[in-house]
Amino acid sequence: MTAPELAPPRLVFDGISKGFFGVPVLRDISFSVNPGQVVGLVGENGAGKSTLMNILGGVLTPDAGTMRLDGEPHAPSTPVAAGRAGVVFVHQELNLFPNLSIQDNLFITDFPRTFLPTFISTRKAGQQASQLLARVGLQRDPRTTVDLLSPGERQQLEIAKSLSGEPRLVIFDEPTTSLTSRETTRLFDLIRSLVADGTAVIYVSHILGDVLDLSDHVVILRDGALVDEGPRQKFTIDSMISKMVGRDLARLYPEKTAHPGDEIVLDVAGLSEPGTIQDVSFQVRAGEVVGVFGLMGAGRSEMARIVFGLDPHSGGSVKVLGVDRPKASPRSRINAGMGFVTEDRRNEGLLMDSSVTRNIGLAVLPRFASRLKLVLNGPLRTACLDAGRRLSLKSSRPDKQPVRALSGGNQQKAVIAKWLLTQAKVLILDEPTRGIDVGAKHEVYKVIDELAASQAGILLISSELPELMGTCDRILVMRRGELVAHFSPDQFDETAILGAAFGQGATPGSPSTPVAVASGHEEMH
Amino acid sequence: MAGTRFTRDQLTLVALKNMPIVLLVTVFVAFSLLDHRFFDAQTLVNIARQASYVGILAVGMTFVLLTAGIDLSVGAVAYLSAVLVSELLKETPLPLFALPVLMAGIGLLAGLVNGALISFARITPFIVTLAAMGLYRGYALGESQSREANFPAGITDLGNLGIFGVPLPIVIFALVVIVAQVVLSKTAYGRQLYAVGQDPEAATRAGIPTRRIIVSVYVIGGVLAGLAAFVSVIQMGTIVPSFGTGDEFDAIAAAVLGGASLFGGRGTVFPGTVAGTLLVQMIAVGMVFTQVDLYLTPMISAAVIFAAVLLDTARTRQLAKISKRSIRVEIPVPV
Repeated sequence: MTAPELAPPRLVFDGISKGFFGVPVLRDISFSVNPGQVVGLVGENGAGKSTLMNILGGVLTPDAGTMRLDGEPHAPSTPVAAGRAGVVFVHQELNLFPNLSIQDNLFITDFPRTFLPTFISTRKAGQQASQLLARVGLQRDPRTTVDLLSPGERQQLEIAKSLSGEPRLVIFDEPTTSLTSRETTRLFDLIRSLVADGTAVIYVSHILGDVLDLSDHVVILRDGALVDEGPRQKFTIDSMISKMVGRDLARLYPEKTAHPGDEIVLDVAGLSEPGTIQDVSFQVRAGEVVGVFGLMGAGRSEMARIVFGLDPHSGGSVKVLGVDRPKASPRSRINAGMGFVTEDRRNEGLLMDSSVTRNIGLAVLPRFASRLKLVLNGPLRTACLDAGRRLSLKSSRPDKQPVRALSGGNQQKAVIAKWLLTQAKVLILDEPTRGIDVGAKHEVYKVIDELAASQAGILLISSELPELMGTCDRILVMRRGELVAHFSPDQFDETAILGAAFGQGATPGSPSTPVAVASGHEEMH
Repeated sequence: MAGTRFTRDQLTLVALKNMPIVLLVTVFVAFSLLDHRFFDAQTLVNIARQASYVGILAVGMTFVLLTAGIDLSVGAVAYLSAVLVSELLKETPLPLFALPVLMAGIGLLAGLVNGALISFARITPFIVTLAAMGLYRGYALGESQSREANFPAGITDLGNLGIFGVPLPIVIFALVVIVAQVVLSKTAYGRQLYAVGQDPEAATRAGIPTRRIIVSVYVIGGVLAGLAAFVSVIQMGTIVPSFGTGDEFDAIAAAVLGGASLFGGRGTVFPGTVAGTLLVQMIAVGMVFTQVDLYLTPMISAAVIFAAVLLDTARTRQLAKISKRSIRVEIPVPV
């Protein structure tokens, strides 16, 4: 593949493929990273970046293909093994122990010792920690406990931790999401000094301006395949976006039969919670499907949780069918006519070991109770089976079969069926098609359309833009906790919507503004 | 300035973290005001001497709580080790120094069984140690025929022995505290213990031997239960069949009151658990001083345990609030 040079590349991916439950996530990925080089890895949510990095970092094993590190085979079975080989991962979710001090976190498995090796030398640890902290520009006493650090400082500490073992290759996964602009500048200086010392860096980010600033080489993934790669000079932000999008829309989306009515079923006004969302306002009408798009960490799920009353909010109001309840709880929301299909159906949406009918009936037990408050099992079962049938849920024995044994698509139908029974007038669907196959996706889209046709208002949160464009009447875009743009069907344009989510160009109020070619760096504010 | 960089939430947290010491001083001042005889060095020595037995149990409990576990069997283990050694003394005379070693050894075996079941058979600590409590106590009651376990007459001399004027029970308690705190703060094992208690998954990912550490805390709890029994024996001379019953709860209360979290990962032996132990004991002694109604005493003790857990919950909530992921970051960059 690569031309023989004096030194072998630091890292070579050769034909890496990976699938989950038969769904291919990575297809035959091959590229290489040289010592002293920053490779920027970009792609839409779900393009396979994280999977690829998890394979490199020893979290996952590939189904096919090999990796070579400095010419040697690299097949780590655990993150620890990858770390020992010199591949370290600066995670998006931090792997710190907040109850311990900075220095304890840095050296937890490899403490400096006193002359008696039984004891750790807090003095030496402090000195070495100070040096590492200085490298990442974190001005804190190494004895400070991590729970007193801000998110940005924790990120810096995570980076300092990865540097303690003199790594050969550092993977940065969205490292700037929680950093201020000053911290970001410092991080970039740090990355440049790392590569100047010959370390290789893979930089994964949605902030394309940063990727262009920092990388020597850019690799673009789409739907698990490598669609383009080349030196930085070859790309602009626009050309990267256009490579990332452009999926085959084919006949995946059913014909829309629902038509939005006039009644406003959900009215969210000025909803705010410090650190999470800021001044979010929108309305959903009966029979309308409103999509919410945004990048990972844009605050979509957080917003949904607040609207459903799972998390508190400090400002603004949520009116369901015109009724506002200041002290919202999921219970009061359900009573008001709202339903919520969570992002994490395995842990939050279903009792995995209970039967299909039991799961479906869960939210309507009071309605099927007798005067003595005992559940009438017969009518309940009939209603559950009915709801399942309406969604063509396939289960061999709905009364006995645990939902764990269902396919992903049928599990999702069980969750939706639950809210079908409550006759919810407002339904929030958070990533309803995640991890289910294409055929099942199609059926979920049909269900969404049917629900809307029965005059329910639907808020559909998804990371898959084509899915939103194929099913929604309107699309809202969130970025960094704010609603930054909204698009009506005649404005549906993948490049423009993605641009708004990335913070390039489009602003609220002028959603049709074409994507501006900004350097993107100022957008970090 | 460091002060300006703390938010209000963080200050609340610092206050909650130092609560044990604040409470200890407050309670001492309160009792001293109620009865001026309480304000006396001898009172404090008495409190410490009486506290050493529960204190040693509480140190062991702190290790267990740090891993988010619990050990309900320590009272039974203490009783078992006292009974078995007393039975052995009937057969063969033993030198005095062998007694604490044997009692601690019996505790070690009992703790090892608990730890292995919890760590490798993956049974919940609550259930394992609840079953162990019944098992160990039942076996010990059978061995002693439910009679008092006797020790050589001279053994109480040890309890009155003073080293530089400090009674031996306090010396043993102090040594246990020092060793435990050094292990927790100055060894890799100790620091890793905190990591395991905070997040066992992340600890395993980081390459920490999580399972071995979990076994070890129950072993430590057992050893210290045996040693606590020895401290009690040298003070009382005999062991009654009800010895140790319910003491696990005093130990838990002392550790939690001292800042050890029931959710794991937080707590210290010194000052934490020591302050908690002294607090529990001080309240007990103070109630005698101020002649609180005897029937009220257990209710007040229960209120203390309740307060301890309430405090722990408040602390945990505050922590969760602070470490909640923030999408919108608006931290002024310090100049």
